[in-house]
Amino acid sequence: MNAPADVLQDVCRVEDLPVGEGRTYVVDGEQVALFRHRSGRVSAVQAACPHAGGPLADGQVDESVVICPLHLTAFDLATGEATGGGEGTIAVHPCRVEAGVVRVGVDVR
Amino acid sequence: MTDTTQRTAQSVTVPAPRGHRRRLVVVGNGMAGIRAVEEVLERGGAGAFDVTVFGDEPYGNYNRIMLSHVLSGEEAEDGIVLNPLSWYEENGIDLRAGVRVDHVDHAARVVHDAAGGRTPYDTLLIATGSTPFFPPMEGLHRGDGSLLEGVFAFRTLDDARALLENARTHRRAVVIGGGLLGLEAAHGLVTHGLEVDLVHSPPHLMNQQLGSDAGRVLRRKVEQLGIRVHTGVRTRGLLGTDRVSGVELPDGTVLAADFVVVAAGIRPNVEVGVSAGLDVDRGILVDDRMRTSAEDVYAVGECVQHRGQTYGLVAPLWDQASVLADHLTGAAPDAEYHGSRTSTKLKVAGVDVVAMGLSGPERDEDEFVVFSEPHRGVYLNAVVRDDRLVGATLLGDVRKAAVLAQHYDLGTPLPEERTRLLLDLGEVQEGAGAGDLADLDDAVQVCHCNGVTKGRIVGAVADGCTSTTAVMAKTKAGKGCGSCKDLVERITEWAAGGNLTVDETVGWYVPGVPLAKPELMAAIRERGLKSVSAVFRELAPGGVEDAKSKMGLTSLLRMMWPEGIVEERDGRFVNDRVHANIQRDGTFSVVPQMKGGVTTADQLRTIADVADKYDVGMIKVTGGQRIDLLGVPKEDLPKVWADLGMPSGYAYGKSFRTVKTCVGTDFCRFGLGDSTQLGIDLETRYQGVEAPAKLKLGVVGCPRNCAEAYVKDVGVVAVGSGRWEVYVGGAAGATVRKGDLLTTVTSPEEVVTLVGRFIQFYREWGNWLERTYEFVPRLGIERVRAVLVDDSDGMAAGLDERMQTTVENYRDPWQEGAEPVTTGQFRPALPLGMPTVRPSQVRS
Ligand SMILES: Cc1cc2nc3c(=O)[nH]c(=O)nc-3n(C[C@H](O)[C@H](O)[C@H](O)COP(=O)(O)OP(=O)(O)OC[C@H]3O[C@@H](n4cnc5c(N)ncnc54)[C@H](O)[C@@H]3O)c2cc1C
Ligand code: SF4
Ligand code: FES
Repeated sequence: MNAPADVLQDVCRVEDLPVGEGRTYVVDGEQVALFRHRSGRVSAVQAACPHAGGPLADGQVDESVVICPLHLTAFDLATGEATGGGEGTIAVHPCRVEAGVVRVGVDVR
Repeated sequence: MTDTTQRTAQSVTVPAPRGHRRRLVVVGNGMAGIRAVEEVLERGGAGAFDVTVFGDEPYGNYNRIMLSHVLSGEEAEDGIVLNPLSWYEENGIDLRAGVRVDHVDHAARVVHDAAGGRTPYDTLLIATGSTPFFPPMEGLHRGDGSLLEGVFAFRTLDDARALLENARTHRRAVVIGGGLLGLEAAHGLVTHGLEVDLVHSPPHLMNQQLGSDAGRVLRRKVEQLGIRVHTGVRTRGLLGTDRVSGVELPDGTVLAADFVVVAAGIRPNVEVGVSAGLDVDRGILVDDRMRTSAEDVYAVGECVQHRGQTYGLVAPLWDQASVLADHLTGAAPDAEYHGSRTSTKLKVAGVDVVAMGLSGPERDEDEFVVFSEPHRGVYLNAVVRDDRLVGATLLGDVRKAAVLAQHYDLGTPLPEERTRLLLDLGEVQEGAGAGDLADLDDAVQVCHCNGVTKGRIVGAVADGCTSTTAVMAKTKAGKGCGSCKDLVERITEWAAGGNLTVDETVGWYVPGVPLAKPELMAAIRERGLKSVSAVFRELAPGGVEDAKSKMGLTSLLRMMWPEGIVEERDGRFVNDRVHANIQRDGTFSVVPQMKGGVTTADQLRTIADVADKYDVGMIKVTGGQRIDLLGVPKEDLPKVWADLGMPSGYAYGKSFRTVKTCVGTDFCRFGLGDSTQLGIDLETRYQGVEAPAKLKLGVVGCPRNCAEAYVKDVGVVAVGSGRWEVYVGGAAGATVRKGDLLTTVTSPEEVVTLVGRFIQFYREWGNWLERTYEFVPRLGIERVRAVLVDDSDGMAAGLDERMQTTVENYRDPWQEGAEPVTTGQFRPALPLGMPTVRPSQVRS
């Protein structure tokens, strides 16, 4: 998951993400959900829930998990794994905020 | 569950054995086969075997017994997965899902499959289970020998899916067979609103497990579910040429049917065994080590016959799998299987039946203890022989099930006073106390559905699970039919000694803040906390926020501070951020307010225009007497509201939603009170008020109850002479409950005040997500009445006042539409076909 820095690309400005909420962007043809945590950190994961395609950016987050709005499966934003017994794993993308710009890397295979 | 047919369709040849590893080929990817593989792996078998599994069904392994819950809607497909495909991969098991084995050439030690593959083995395990039996009936088959369309069995996930599909599109079903499976099928179909007839040829239901007295009591209960029961009649034939249209009974009666479920017994699948040249009777014959008549060929599960016995339940196969693995891996080469004592539990909500062993006395000296109270639907009996429990039936009251199962399985000493087997006679519960639990052998099976022994539970506790929930999550114990939960809990408590963590989260208002609602409210008020993040900062352990708690806290804060809180949009569920109801495809449904279900031609015209303009997927009249526009993309929501120009109907919130009314005095010839106007008044006053869970109301003009007021959270019924009855705590969703009569008042104004008082009381004292049908019974209607009607606690004025403030501060959320509250509030969250962002745009 640790893509080299040069693979990261600019996606949006931090202010485009309301505090504590998620928004979806398309990066290299991949739909990526970005979450701006209250701590200021930003996480980037795959946008569609592996369970039934729920829009994860519409889910609720804290510092460690996102909860899918459709059936409330919680996913760990660091490992991508479903917590609490749910099924499935989501892709976690490297992501960094530099000078107010959110930069995300999508693994190009 | 994913269909995996495609990845396995090609024919395959297994590489020659590496070193001295043996090739174990398992035919049957069901409950027994995979349990056996798990047991082999647990004993370190991964180093000794290369495992290949063939399964006719194109899935991983699932818990077949839970199909009944899938059909009744109590469980989703995902909830019944035992081993997902990843499990096979992780354990290096070569799964051939969707590939049927045709025959076995044991002389050459090769398995031939339907895809044309040939797979050699050193050790073969047959676990093919059984097939539903279709009794001979005229018209069952079509000319070409295929089954008449619309006739189903109930055995596999595909069967369950087909039944669900048919339940959605049809009205009438006939179930043939009144045993465990037939009853569960019939119940499942009734929950989907179908008319169901059940035909059973023996004289009473569940005749294999129950005596005729118990059968009679059961019949009444089943009929109360709305199932029409026909016992003692054999189906003569099926009607219909292309598709089934009815079921004909011997006396010529025809039961109309859009589809038919046959649950008339099972037959072991022995064909693979026959092709291998094994000794076969009703099932494949096995000895006490699960060996068949051929060397290196074993069998487990429903396809076997052991000491003359075949089984149709899961408990025996856990024991069989364990013995087999002991033997195969050499962990305990002398392990033996001596047969199983089985008990049966009916998995029909509201009809509790547990039966084990004999259903009545068989010998003169057998003791027979019976307790019967038919009007309550309770029937209990126990059969005792030589001071041992040899049979028991519990119907309508299964509190003693765990204790009896222990007596039955282990032959533990019985209470001298036999009635105590069935009833607690007023004092402390006897049965398995701590002493008895210590005496229980580790190998004793506690959870029969998932084959969990006492030893595994104790092991889970030793591994650090210190709460019943943790033990259940780790071992799956108690997650099947649920009848063993009590025992799992007691063993956990006993094993944890003093270290048990009580699941105190149960008492917390939300999981992330360790306080019950009253204490939480006190703390919030004392510190003047007005935002969700402030609550976390001050009251959560380590100040850590918790996503699962945010919505409940937002609701609580808004209730406590009606004049306004420090709004944090991330504290809201998406529905409350965009004021619409998220749908399965990520679009939203929009429901404008239609007070009391009354509309105008203008309003209808506007709605129609909006529906056209935005090309909505479906226009639906809802159960709450409004109109729902479904399939609206998020980005269109503000425009849709603006064009509608109507207030929100709150079809999405944990809040006051709608008041259903009947036409009452204005038009109905029976009306005793102006129900329509009262409904409109209630909705005008309490629209949008947030609550622990949704609130649906109803007002009717007379007890004919055309708008279903008796089953609403709050229901109001005109009873004549200006009097109105107010009911609270009703429900007509997954749970159906008639509301309790709170009181009768003499004017519509009093109704409005009392309803507001009740809602405020519920807002302040209800647990998060606790519906009124749980809240009212939890406190008891007498208590609710005392507080709200008799003002026993002097709370009434305060409740009315706080509700008044709430009403005054109401603002329609759709007014937000014009100016987004947050950046991208209405941006699509799954922007299909959205152009890729160009970095230049971001920087500029
Ligand atoms: C709706 C329902 C509810 C039930 N409820 C209960 C309950 O409450 N309590 C209880 O104890 N039991 C219950 N049972 C019974 C329980 O499910 C069975 O006892 C158990 O599944 C038997 O396991 P098995 O592995 O022997 O057979 P199965 O689970 O049927 O597995 C056999 C597998 O082998 C496959 N197979 C067969 N032939 C071939 C072949 N030639 N090639 C490849 N694959 C093949 C089949 O497709 C199947 O997947 C219920 C059953 C049903 C259908
Ligand atoms: S509930 Fe009574 S008053 Fe209302 S429509 Fe029905 S019959 Fe008429
Ligand atoms: S789609 Fe995400 S939990 Fe179901």
